[in-house]
Amino acid sequence: MIGGAQSRIAAAAGLAAVATLIVAPLFLRRYGLYLVSDWAVMTIAAMGLNLTLGYAGQVSLAQGAFVGVGAYSAAILTTHGWPFAAAMALALAVSFAVGWALGYPALRVRHHYLAFVTLAFSTLAFLVFRNEAWLTGGVEGIDGVPRPSLFGWSMRPPLAYAYFCLAALAFVAAAMAWLIRSPWGRSFLALRENPLRAQSLGVDTRRYTLLAFAIGSALGGAAGALYAPLVGLVEPPAFTLALSLNLLMMVIVGGSGYFLGPFLGALIAVMAPEWLRAWENYYLILYAVLVMGLLVVSPTGILGLIDRYALHRAAAEASAARAALKPSIEGP
Amino acid sequence: MANFVALLIAGLSTGALYALVAVGFTLMWQTSQTINFAQGEFVMLPAFFMLAAMNRGAPYWLALAVGVALSLAILGLAFKRLLVDPMLRHGVLPLAIATMALSSFLKESVKTFYSAEASPFPSPAPSSDLKVLGVAVSWQSLAGLIAALLAVTFLQLGLSRTRIGRQMQAAAQNPTVAQILGLPVERLILYAFLLNAALVALASALVSPIYLAKFSNGETLGQAAFIAAIVGGFNQVRGAVVGGLLLGVVENLGAAYISDAYRDAIPLFVLVVVILFRPNGLVGRAEERTV
Amino acid sequence: MAVLEVSGLSKRFGGVAAVSDVSFAVQEGEILGVIGPNGSGKTTLFNCILGQLRPSAGEVRFDGRVTTGMNPSALNRLGVSRTFQLLQVFPRLSARENLILAGQEHRGGMVSRLAGPRDAGLGGAADELLAFFGLGSLAGTRAGSLSYGQQKLLDAAMAFMSGPRLVLLDEPAGGVNPSMLVTLKERLQAYHAERRATLVIIEHNMDFVMSMCGRVLVLAEGRTLAVGAPAEVRANPKVIEAYLGR
Repeated sequence: MIGGAQSRIAAAAGLAAVATLIVAPLFLRRYGLYLVSDWAVMTIAAMGLNLTLGYAGQVSLAQGAFVGVGAYSAAILTTHGWPFAAAMALALAVSFAVGWALGYPALRVRHHYLAFVTLAFSTLAFLVFRNEAWLTGGVEGIDGVPRPSLFGWSMRPPLAYAYFCLAALAFVAAAMAWLIRSPWGRSFLALRENPLRAQSLGVDTRRYTLLAFAIGSALGGAAGALYAPLVGLVEPPAFTLALSLNLLMMVIVGGSGYFLGPFLGALIAVMAPEWLRAWENYYLILYAVLVMGLLVVSPTGILGLIDRYALHRAAAEASAARAALKPSIEGP
Repeated sequence: MANFVALLIAGLSTGALYALVAVGFTLMWQTSQTINFAQGEFVMLPAFFMLAAMNRGAPYWLALAVGVALSLAILGLAFKRLLVDPMLRHGVLPLAIATMALSSFLKESVKTFYSAEASPFPSPAPSSDLKVLGVAVSWQSLAGLIAALLAVTFLQLGLSRTRIGRQMQAAAQNPTVAQILGLPVERLILYAFLLNAALVALASALVSPIYLAKFSNGETLGQAAFIAAIVGGFNQVRGAVVGGLLLGVVENLGAAYISDAYRDAIPLFVLVVVILFRPNGLVGRAEERTV
Repeated sequence: MAVLEVSGLSKRFGGVAAVSDVSFAVQEGEILGVIGPNGSGKTTLFNCILGQLRPSAGEVRFDGRVTTGMNPSALNRLGVSRTFQLLQVFPRLSARENLILAGQEHRGGMVSRLAGPRDAGLGGAADELLAFFGLGSLAGTRAGSLSYGQQKLLDAAMAFMSGPRLVLLDEPAGGVNPSMLVTLKERLQAYHAERRATLVIIEHNMDFVMSMCGRVLVLAEGRTLAVGAPAEVRANPKVIEAYLGR
């Protein structure tokens, strides 16, 4: 375990980060606020995927599609005058239900085949978004998605909506932390570490896997419901397989199975275009090289790297402590 | 009826291509648990090696050789040594993500350093059509079909009749036992990667005349190959061939007779149906819950 | 009525019959030993009884109820648990957490496991069981940091946590040093005496088996070779031959 001093440092760093998040938006302009909101939304989607992948060990290639499902659900309702709360509720419900429906038969077969079914769903969802114009506005999508009002306060100004997204993120993070620490979380962990043993202890692996996937998908939907008012226009190209792969990359690069992994991964994904802006045309190439390089060095992501370093330090300290206790050859 | 035949032949032609790409995909999975998301880009790239050679005045066959050689070196050897080997121990997913990044890298590199436009690509076959059963079939797609089928046949024979081929199969099925038996497993895995590099180079030469050489060619082809491999069972080369051919045919017939707007969903629909009812693919073998 | 009844159980892998036509019954409160040379099908037998493998033929009944091919987690919730030959604790969880995990699916429901207390109300029971197995002081330690013998004890404790009626232990003494072995045997016997649990134990350690078990079943090449009291079985010429070869 990390030593006392190290956990104090970690706690201080955490506090500083939260404080920054609360204060920073006041100093940002429109584009900066957009980035912060985008980061918050992507983190929520990535947290959902982290639950499915990092805790339950299932690969989902449809998280982007679920973001789309949530975005369209919210867009359709709010452009017809329904309140945002209803839109969010619908986004959550539909995403959860579809996730459950997709997962149920797939898991009956072989548990890693969920990956393929989600791949199929990803394509299907995109095609439905594009073709079913009567529902989704087809190629043109749905425009003019309104931002919500909270107790009469409109979230339309960028600053207000940025805080709204951050608040949503805080709420989801707290809920996630609760989930992971609950007995459900213990079963999820067992599922990931040793499903065979977990089963022999009475853990209904299929049900828990399904739950992790459905909850993860629901979080994708929630992210979509926040995304729609952020961007204002909901259209098919935003929700292709590329988004799902991007989210997957966020989870892996940040560190799959670590609570803060999605935060870090989303930060990198959202900020990379900005940081690499100096290199203009080459930024995608550079980003790809950086990702490959990171993964070669640390396949468990950035947090995995930090974890390894901390363990290495702890092992070295323990080793040194043991050596100090050994009697010296020279005598007393 | 004539229409059906035309569609069937076109389907087989596309399917043979899918088969070529799916076979390499399956080999890499079997021997080293590598899921190569960049496989489509692997097919896209060699054509550009060849074009670069031709731009410097090389005749077609020399350019082809150059393309294959560069493919072997970069998409085979370098890929394995630089990306796959360091990451193998850490499970399937990190490497899969790395190949996603690789796919992006290759695509963007070609787009940036060569051209964002489609470039015409020569074919050794005449550009006229042949009449088969009263239907016009292009020589090019026929040549492609024949070349692909020949390659796959030789591959099958090579894998089952030669000593190295059988060793590769053994190493793929059970690397631990293979190692105990003294097989040079590491080298055999390298051969699998080199084989893939050769196959994708061939596929590249076959597909580029028809679709033109463009940096985005990899996208649909890669996904189709992936699906073909899974439909075929993901654990046998034979399966990849069957999967590829089947997919090509179903895709073409489906688009014509069912719906064109949902054409892209057809391969995936086939995939889902297959894995739900035959979890180990059409040709694969069953496995059990084990202890 | 027997707690466990196995009739005509067979398991084939391709052309190889790992288990052929094995039948036996275990009465409540019994400790049955299962012995046999390596490869005689003991673990495969367990896997067929407990649902990790589907038998090719035959039937398994628990308390009279047919459970052949039942999903392992459902079977566990009926009151049957096991340990595996290869140590399988959860190294990243603490010893206490391992036990809580072993018990949490047996009480309450999905909702209480989500909204209820983090330890599912089992913290106390877990500590008690840990103390029973002599691991009380290690409750908060990561299971991966425990010694091999301690992990073996934890593994056994996990099997008992849910208060099962029938426990199948696959080589619980494997690789455990002699002093720890004494503790293990003594604790298993104490548990058996206190809770009237029925135990079936696969073991290679003859002293362990002979001193613990009331009856012993001998398997060789997947078939039942003999079944009876330890002394009988020990003296059986066929058994001796199976172990020493021809």
